[in-house]
This record gives sequence, C-alpha cells and structure tokens, in this order.
Amino acid sequence: MDAVIASLPEYWDGFLRTLYLSVISGIIALIVGTLLAAMRVSPVAALRGFSMFYVEVARNTPLTIIFFFAAIVLPRLGVKFEQFEVAAIIALSSYTAAFIAEAVRSGVNSVPVGQAEAARSVGMTFTQVLGFIVLPQAVRTVVPPLINILIALVKNSSVAGAFFVLELFGYGRQLSNDYGNQVLWILLGVAFFYLLITVPLGLLAHFVERKVAIAR
Amino acid sequence: MTTQASGDALVSLNGVNKHYGQLHVLKDINLQVKKGEVVVVIGPSGSGKSTLCRAINRLETIDDGDIAIDGKKLPEEGKDLAHLRADVGMVFQSFNLFAHKTILENVTLGPIKVKKVAKGTADKEAMALLERVGVGHQAPKLPAQLSGGQQQRVAIARALAMKPKVMLFDEPTSALDPEMINEVLDVMIQLAKEGMTMIVVTHEMGFARKAADRVVFMADGQIVEDATPEEFFTNPKSTRAKDFLSKLLTH
Repeated sequence: MDAVIASLPEYWDGFLRTLYLSVISGIIALIVGTLLAAMRVSPVAALRGFSMFYVEVARNTPLTIIFFFAAIVLPRLGVKFEQFEVAAIIALSSYTAAFIAEAVRSGVNSVPVGQAEAARSVGMTFTQVLGFIVLPQAVRTVVPPLINILIALVKNSSVAGAFFVLELFGYGRQLSNDYGNQVLWILLGVAFFYLLITVPLGLLAHFVERKVAIAR
Repeated sequence: MTTQASGDALVSLNGVNKHYGQLHVLKDINLQVKKGEVVVVIGPSGSGKSTLCRAINRLETIDDGDIAIDGKKLPEEGKDLAHLRADVGMVFQSFNLFAHKTILENVTLGPIKVKKVAKGTADKEAMALLERVGVGHQAPKLPAQLSGGQQQRVAIARALAMKPKVMLFDEPTSALDPEMINEVLDVMIQLAKEGMTMIVVTHEMGFARKAADRVVFMADGQIVEDATPEEFFTNPKSTRAKDFLSKLLTH
C-alpha cells in the first residue's frame, strides 16, 4: 500500500498518458469509423467494398500485431515520428475504427427504411439523408455499443506499454520491478486508475441514452 | 421550361419493365399524366401498383423503358436525382414522418436544406400549410404524439412544402383507422380541386369516383384498363376488372 502512495506521481503521469491516448484515439476512431459506416451504406460499390475490406482486416487482426506494424513497420516504410505515442495512436484508432464502423452500421440499419425514403423523396442528397435523418436517429441504438467499444479502447491502450510508451500499464510494469514485494498492490493501483476512466464512461452512456430517447 | 418528351404529359412512362428475380412486377407500362390531372391507380394486391408509384421517383429502380417528369428523364443517382425528387411529392402508406423532428420541422426541413429557403420564410409557409390541412396547433409536437390521420395530413403538408409539380400517393389511407380515412381524403380532394397533378394508388373507390379524372386498373403487373371513373365503374371492359369490382361490391 505504501508503495502505491509513494508512487502516486508515476501513477498520475501514467494516468494522464493513458487518458491522452484514449481520448485522441477515441476521437479519431469515431470520425473514421462513422465515415467507414457511411461508405458501407453508400450507393457507390467501390466505397462499400473498401469499407468492408478495411473493417474485416482491422477487426480480425490481433491488436498487438497492428501495434507492431505501426511502431516498427511504418517507420521502415518512411513514416517517421518522434514519439512512440504517435504509433500507439495510429494503431489504437485504426483498430477501434473498425468496431465503431460496425456499431454505427448496425445503428443505421435499425432506423426504419421509410425514414430514408421520405428524406430522399423531399430531394435530400445521400449525405443529407444520412446526416439529418438517419444518423441522428441511429445515435440512440448506437450509444451503448459505442461506449463498450470506447471502454475496450481504454483498456487496449495498455498494449502501448509494451511498445515503449509509459502509460499506466507501462508504469505498472516498471513499479512492479521496483517494489518486487508489493506487486499485488501496485497492480491494484493500476486497475484503480483504469476504473477512474472506464466507470465514468459507463455512467455517461446511461446519461446519453436517456437524453436521446425517441418515441415511435 | 425544357422541351417535353411526349406531348404535354407531366409524367410519362414508356415501356417500363421491372422484375423481382423471376417475378415480372411491371410489364411494359405506358402511362401519360397531364398537368392538373388526377389519376387513381387501383387493382388487387400484388398487381404492381405501389411499385409503379415508387418507380416514378425512383425509390424503385426499373429494368428498362423510361420515365420522364416534365420532359426530363429520371437520372440514375446523385444530385440530379435529388433535384428531380424535390419536384415530386410523395406520401407513404406508413406516413414516414421524421421521428426525431417536430411537426413543424418535418415540414420545414426540405425547404430549408434542399431549397435553401430562409428559416423564417420556411416556418411561415409551413404553418400556413399545417393550418390548411388542419393540424396547425400540433406544430411543436413530435410525430408519435399525433394520430395516424393527423400524421398523414402532416406528411401531405411536408410534400406540399416543396411546391411539387406532381404528388404521388402510395396507399395513403391503408394504414389508418376507418374514422380517420375521411379527414385525409378530404385534404386530397381539396388538393385535386385546386388543380394539383396527382397519382394516387388507393383502395378508396369513393375517392376515385369523386376526385379522379382517370382510373387506371392494374392486374398482374399490367395496365388492364385506363378510363374515366364513370366508364370504369359502370361499364368495365375486361373480365379482370369486372371480377375485381364484383368482389368489392358484394360487401
């Protein structure tokens, strides 16, 4: 226990880095995932095909391999970055975007087809139909699975600890070495700080769900 | 105005065919609707009348033949199609009001987003339309708070807000409770009297008698008869139509 208290500065630093990785990757993944979902339901066959290919590859590849690719293969292909955080963000967001695309697509499918037909009938273009009519109604069904994906993202960010990024898990490993006799406490401390992010996310989900309820 | 493809027809279908797999749902359909004309399409279930109605604004694609609105051929996809659809009002069997928007927003969304009308103007015009169909006082509510008849009247107002050249009605009263059918039909009859060009797929023979200029009878994907209501109801020529009418009249 005293090891945890003595290491609070390290925990805090790791917590902030985990939060940073999660928030940035989460935002990128939400944007990319929504675009992928839009491509998947678009009338253009090539876009549908690309989206499907991307989603299948990204979500069926182990995250560690995607990290390996981003941190080690990309630099060899000429994509250089100063810090490994960038590689971690690339890996986390490209992996998570695939799951978000699938969640958004299922949400889009949950909106009755008549809604889109009515919107098309008043002369809206594909992007208007999606942006004004379908996606706002899809949000309601999408929020719970989306929050699940974001919670998974927060926990997945721990893989970055194995790729030279000192986030919560990275510090956890380091502190376990420093305090070999108090590993249990050190790891409980790490878990506590993860909960500090994931539990509020769950609460947020409940709140948003009630906010966006639509009567039919 | 562009030059018109076939005479003075506002809506013209020439040699239109459509298949659902093996099923031939539209068989060589030829139909011309003039400006201001009210055409009622009737026929037994599965005769292709809804498909015909939906094909006119390309909610259903067709295999061959061509459809033109005001002389312009229906575009394949994209912006051109959206522009053309803005000129064609559509009223659905299941209303399809935007569930997350208020009644007023349902009517103003098209003019604001598609025609780029200023919000103030759109609101004013929408309120006038809602008053006209008798649901002005419901403007701030959500669709789910209205009865079916009220929702369908809002749907008509939403279509009218785009100032369409032609209105399509796809079984507008089939999902309504009997006591609400008349309030919707009254609005449609009024619209017909004002000279709106209308294509109405319906089972309401009373409406066909009262408001139609022509009755088109469809069976098995074909147009079997095309006559005035008077002619059609008193003296149908085909056995198919006679059979259909006799079944209606026995109840």
